[in-house]
Amino acid sequence: MAVNRLRSVLATPRKGETYELRAGLVSQYAWERKESIQKTIMSMTLGKDVSALFPDVLKNIATPDLDQKKLVYLYLMNYAKSHPDLCILAVNTFVQDSEDPNPLVRALAIRTMGCIRVDKMVDYMEEPLRKTLKDESPYVRKTAALCVAKLFDLNPSLCIENGFLETLQEMVGDSNPMVVANSVTALAEITEAAPETKALVVKSHSLKKLMLALNECTEWGRITILTTLADYRAVDAKEAEHICERVSPQFQHVNPSVVLAAVKAVFLHMQQIDNNQLHATYLKKMAPPLVTLVSSQPEVQYVALRNIDLLLQKQPGILEKEMRVFFCKYNDPPYLKLTKLEIMVRIANSSNVDQLLAELKEYAMEVDMDFVRKAVRAIGQVAIKIEECAEKAVNVLLELINTKVGYVVQEVIVVIKDIFRRYPGYEGIIPTLCQCIDDLDEPNARGSLIWIVGEYAEKISNADEILAGFVDGFSEEFVQTQLQILTAVVKLFLKKPDESQALVQKVLQAATAENDNPDIRDRAYVYWRLLSSDPQVAKNIVLSSRPQITSTIPVLPGPLLDSLIPNLSSLASVYQKPPQAFLGKGRSSALQAAAIEEARENARENPIAAAAVSAAVAGTSAPQGANHAENLLDIDFDGAAPASMQNAPMAGASGLEGLAGTPIAGTPARVASPAFGSTGAGGGMEDLMGVFGDSGAPAVVQSNGSNGMNDLMNGFGDMDVSGGHSAAPSGQSGGKQTKEDLLGLF
Amino acid sequence: MLSGVLLFNQKGELLIMRAFRQDMRPRLADVFRIQVISNAQIRSPILTLGSTTFSHIRSENIYIVGVSKGNANSALVFEFLYKLVSLGKSYFGRFDEEAVKSNFVLVYELLDEILDFGYPQNTETETLKMYITTEGVKSERAMEDASKITMQATGALSWRKDNIKYRKNEAFVDVIEDVNLLVSASGTVLRADVNGQIEMKAYLSGTPECKFGLNDRLTLGENGTDPGNMTGKKAHRAAAGSVTLEDVSLHQCVKLSNFTNDRTISFIPPDGSFQLMTYRSTENVNLPFKVHAIVNEVGKSKVEYSIAIRANYGSKLFATNVVVRIPTPLNTANTSHRISQGKAKYEPSENAIVWKIARFTGQAEYVLSAEAELSAMTTQKAWSRPPLSMQFSLLMFTSSGLLVRYLKVFEKSNYSSVKWVRYMTRAGSYEIRF
Repeated sequence: MAVNRLRSVLATPRKGETYELRAGLVSQYAWERKESIQKTIMSMTLGKDVSALFPDVLKNIATPDLDQKKLVYLYLMNYAKSHPDLCILAVNTFVQDSEDPNPLVRALAIRTMGCIRVDKMVDYMEEPLRKTLKDESPYVRKTAALCVAKLFDLNPSLCIENGFLETLQEMVGDSNPMVVANSVTALAEITEAAPETKALVVKSHSLKKLMLALNECTEWGRITILTTLADYRAVDAKEAEHICERVSPQFQHVNPSVVLAAVKAVFLHMQQIDNNQLHATYLKKMAPPLVTLVSSQPEVQYVALRNIDLLLQKQPGILEKEMRVFFCKYNDPPYLKLTKLEIMVRIANSSNVDQLLAELKEYAMEVDMDFVRKAVRAIGQVAIKIEECAEKAVNVLLELINTKVGYVVQEVIVVIKDIFRRYPGYEGIIPTLCQCIDDLDEPNARGSLIWIVGEYAEKISNADEILAGFVDGFSEEFVQTQLQILTAVVKLFLKKPDESQALVQKVLQAATAENDNPDIRDRAYVYWRLLSSDPQVAKNIVLSSRPQITSTIPVLPGPLLDSLIPNLSSLASVYQKPPQAFLGKGRSSALQAAAIEEARENARENPIAAAAVSAAVAGTSAPQGANHAENLLDIDFDGAAPASMQNAPMAGASGLEGLAGTPIAGTPARVASPAFGSTGAGGGMEDLMGVFGDSGAPAVVQSNGSNGMNDLMNGFGDMDVSGGHSAAPSGQSGGKQTKEDLLGLF
Repeated sequence: MLSGVLLFNQKGELLIMRAFRQDMRPRLADVFRIQVISNAQIRSPILTLGSTTFSHIRSENIYIVGVSKGNANSALVFEFLYKLVSLGKSYFGRFDEEAVKSNFVLVYELLDEILDFGYPQNTETETLKMYITTEGVKSERAMEDASKITMQATGALSWRKDNIKYRKNEAFVDVIEDVNLLVSASGTVLRADVNGQIEMKAYLSGTPECKFGLNDRLTLGENGTDPGNMTGKKAHRAAAGSVTLEDVSLHQCVKLSNFTNDRTISFIPPDGSFQLMTYRSTENVNLPFKVHAIVNEVGKSKVEYSIAIRANYGSKLFATNVVVRIPTPLNTANTSHRISQGKAKYEPSENAIVWKIARFTGQAEYVLSAEAELSAMTTQKAWSRPPLSMQFSLLMFTSSGLLVRYLKVFEKSNYSSVKWVRYMTRAGSYEIRF
């Protein structure tokens, strides 16, 4: 390929398109030349290589026609790299143009020069850039300001030697708001690329100028300034208050991205203000604009909704009254519907829950499978969150079971299991659940039902029959379901020892002798020994009182949430992951770090979990834990090539690639947007949390549960924990196994 | 920020590719084509591959893609892409494949102007139109204007040029409301709100300062009504009071700090038409139409419909272009219908009976009864019953009850100006479940 292309460049064809274009480019008629340039650009766009025409196009650079000049410049930018030597021929024109009386031409020249990334060009840029930075026309100045960032990208040392950074810093005080905005932009860009330059340092006097420019510059300039203000740390509460006061009018701006930038700035600075009343005022002010964002274009709405989701986790109360706006429209794209569901669950409270349940029921009747499942799950989350509505929610769920739609029923079973874990007194519906036993084909749903049967074995008259059916097909079940069958049968035996002795022996036999899975075998052995030693102790362990769960709504770990708030409206806030986590390298380690940090935090409050965590962190279980974490991430990330793989082609892309436009093969790993992957990022995070000891909900479980187990601690110090856990299956499939492994360490 | 902008047609052919940074490689276009356009599984507008993020929107039959590296500001990227579309629309009438293809030079020029090094610059249509035009600006002619243009493109009043003169000074204000409704099958209103926008066409000389007043509850005070301004506006039966605006967003020409202080909307308008403000209102929404729908599935072979629609506004008003879409099951074989007004037709491609009424007078009630015969299907999947939806436009009526109290124009030369106000209510998403 490359050879062919090279040949075509070297040999000048006598015929064909290139030949015609060349003829046109050197025509004696101006209009014909211009037309040919247009055609050349057209071919360039279509991906044809027209770099052979470089010298001929270049001849047309000196023209009074501004349009034509722009086209030639466009061509130059594209092919400068392949013809660095010829580029120098254009330098004269650039330098001349940068002194043109017409400011548009001056700006165009300096703008284009910055985009021609040829080393030799850099030497000639110095002088024009210096002049244009001090140009009388603000239009030229604002263009030159950005050009400094371009030059820095190309040759940092030259940029610093020439004092361009200082000039730029002075320009933050320019009289023209656009120039201020662009100077800030350029400085921010430079600071990001090379933090050691300390290019952008906001001091209180420049702060004043920024806030003045904020009210006058374009919408895009406002975003830059607002972002800079958000990053700035106010010296005291008074200054923070002042910033909030000046920024909050921007909530009314028509551009949603300005609104989000303003929300971010106020939200961050608010935290420095001690006055609670002021807090409330700003939160109240920010609510209506946030709601307005929900009626913007779908893609913008999506970004806004993901941000609202974050803000709600930080400040749960802000949108309490706005439930209705988050109702899904029938033709909303799926990514919006799923995000709206999450938000609705978050803002549910006792006053709006009736409305929400009716709405969720409606969604559960729709046809999009992902959406329906999420809606059913949401019903459960709401029921567990708000006690008053539990009964209504259960009734809705029962109605849904009657629809007999496979995936709805399965999801309902899983959800009802969680409700049992939260509230006592719904045993009356168990017969209804048992009727649909044959329709369940997913491991999670089957497992949930079996858990229910085991847990309430004494209240289900035919529990032994039901479980016997499962035991018969034990070897064909999924691992997860097998574990549940095992536990349920043991529970049944402890509750009704007379009727089910044969059954328990059968299942223990099947699990130990005929099964290859170590998890199942181990658990079976534990039960076996437990049962053969002292049935009373076994009862205390296996049937120990079940701690209540408190919430099934996924929440981001505190430190992660805190690190995401300064990233509002950026990609990180959409993915709800720290930037390092989804941008190429090191994403798993960043997530792990966050998870470990969270676990540590929990450890401080919870000494029992601390032991688990310290073990995990110390690395005794590290190989296992880490592997699981990586696998889980891969599932979440659609499991293509690992991060390191796709970095290679990106970094290794040479100049040749730009020249030839050859696609370099490489299967980049895909980061699925959260709403896209059906389990979503939230689930992934949770699974991961499960890996790292008992953080989050499970940790709470343990501390509560320990009361009931205290007496056992002495005798069965190392086993009681795992026993307690098998009694309360966690809803998170992935994390479960690992957790057990981890606990096995004790 | 943005590394580049790509425009594709529906088939995935590249129409425009403009790189702003050197990390924008030609092969990225192929990556996007393979990963998004030819991948039906993609359901999210954002896709991150390695460190590259593609954010795309669709307009007519083209994909508009923003390519960025690192942790870019997503909201800004999408908003910019939509701005590009609206710019394209105002330049070419519509922004589709044909328009892009036949104006690709201009598109490049625009991109060159509105993005520099991936950072959005001035995107004001009126300003851009001064120096980026379809016929091309000759350098000689531009010479005198150029410095003015550039002053304007960067000035505090970037949206207005100097020395505008009109013989007749006029300002047109259009209040356009989109009313959104969602009614449950049992007839309770789940959601009713209004997204309003105020469009203004200003043909005013010089640098006029405008002040704009609405019957916004916050401006008027809790119970303060101003009877002097209410007379002669019979379009507003519900206007005997004030409206509560949940939220307003204002055009960038409006002085936001003034608005925050005392809720006065004061501004120096751009020349020509622009959107002065948008607002939201959720309280006391007047619904122009009441729909009563009875839908029965008779066995597995028939669905019976009986739809009654009543116009809930004054009898002197009339709605135009009323279209009611009544969804039918996917396996509908045939339909029959009787109607008291308008025309109805079964549209198999939309799976709906479309009932059109050209003119719907106030207080009238029209009825449609229909039957859909279903063909037998092997798989018995329940019909999801999408909601019934309506479209209409209704002049001289605002669902929120909003009205313009005054528009004052102050200018140095103190000329008198004529102002026109027009109200219209349209259907946003007007859906009724059954």
